[in-house]
Amino acid sequence: MHVKCIRENPASPPARGEGELVEIYILIGMHKYASPKTFYPLAGTLIPWLAGATVLLLALGLYLGLFVAPPDYQQGETVRIMFIHVPAAWMSMFVYAVMAAAGAAALVWNVKLMETLASACAPIGASFTLLALITGSLWGKPMWGAWWVWDARLTSELILFFLYIGVMALRASIDDPRRAARAAAILALVGVVNIPVIHFSVEWWNTLHQPASVGRMGKPTIHLSILMPLLTMAVAFTFYFLTAALLRMRNEILEREKHTSWVQELVESRR
Amino acid sequence: MNWAEFFSMGGYALYVWSSYAAAAVVLLLNIALPLRRRDAVLNALREFYRLKGRSR
Repeated sequence: MHVKCIRENPASPPARGEGELVEIYILIGMHKYASPKTFYPLAGTLIPWLAGATVLLLALGLYLGLFVAPPDYQQGETVRIMFIHVPAAWMSMFVYAVMAAAGAAALVWNVKLMETLASACAPIGASFTLLALITGSLWGKPMWGAWWVWDARLTSELILFFLYIGVMALRASIDDPRRAARAAAILALVGVVNIPVIHFSVEWWNTLHQPASVGRMGKPTIHLSILMPLLTMAVAFTFYFLTAALLRMRNEILEREKHTSWVQELVESRR
Repeated sequence: MNWAEFFSMGGYALYVWSSYAAAAVVLLLNIALPLRRRDAVLNALREFYRLKGRSR
């Protein structure tokens, strides 16, 4: 509140103690980058760099995964499905965590930008989840002999997909964007319980799905020639997520801030 | 390296290449859809400000 009145009235800050003022200036600094007006052009500057990094990393990851990595001694060439499947599965959980954290931040501090971040995460996370499920199926058929089994890992990942769909549907069903964001954030937070279930499912239950080789205590149990393409693709997918999220956030900012003069000027200057 | 051998993926071509194709579709759609939406939003806002300007 105090921050707001200073920002609107920079010429006449209310008199207060020095320490308090410093605190307020820090808050103003944070608010500046969290304000849609500052964030919109910043995101616009970042997008080409993030997209460029994504393309380079994807090219490197594909080269390492398709040409350098050797076929597995048991699974043969199907092991190359892993370079899509595992990063997609990691992203499905990482994006969910970002979405829930952004939703929580929006609930607690009432930051509009966090609402747009949470909203941008849902469709991207849902598509990574779908990709993990599809590639898992395509890997399961030749190796397990089945497209699908009701195994704990597969089932909890399918529930993650439904959670994303639920968050998107709930948001879409409420007209007021702020109320919609609050409802979606609460559902996303409740769904966080599924994330450790997915992660530990291969330890808690006897599953057909293999246990973790990388994200575990101690050294990874896979060779560097397999680990490198895997990690490169994971970093590529992370940069990709940032690119796609910023694109979506910019669209939502334009729509939600259409009553402000800066959006009007921006739209009218681009014809 | 022999390209035919590369594309056959040791007999698993269907599974391996379908996975990479699925990834390509997902990655392209999540860029293409927001870009298309951006055009739609800009057009809608242009119309919105035009009508607003006229009513004033």
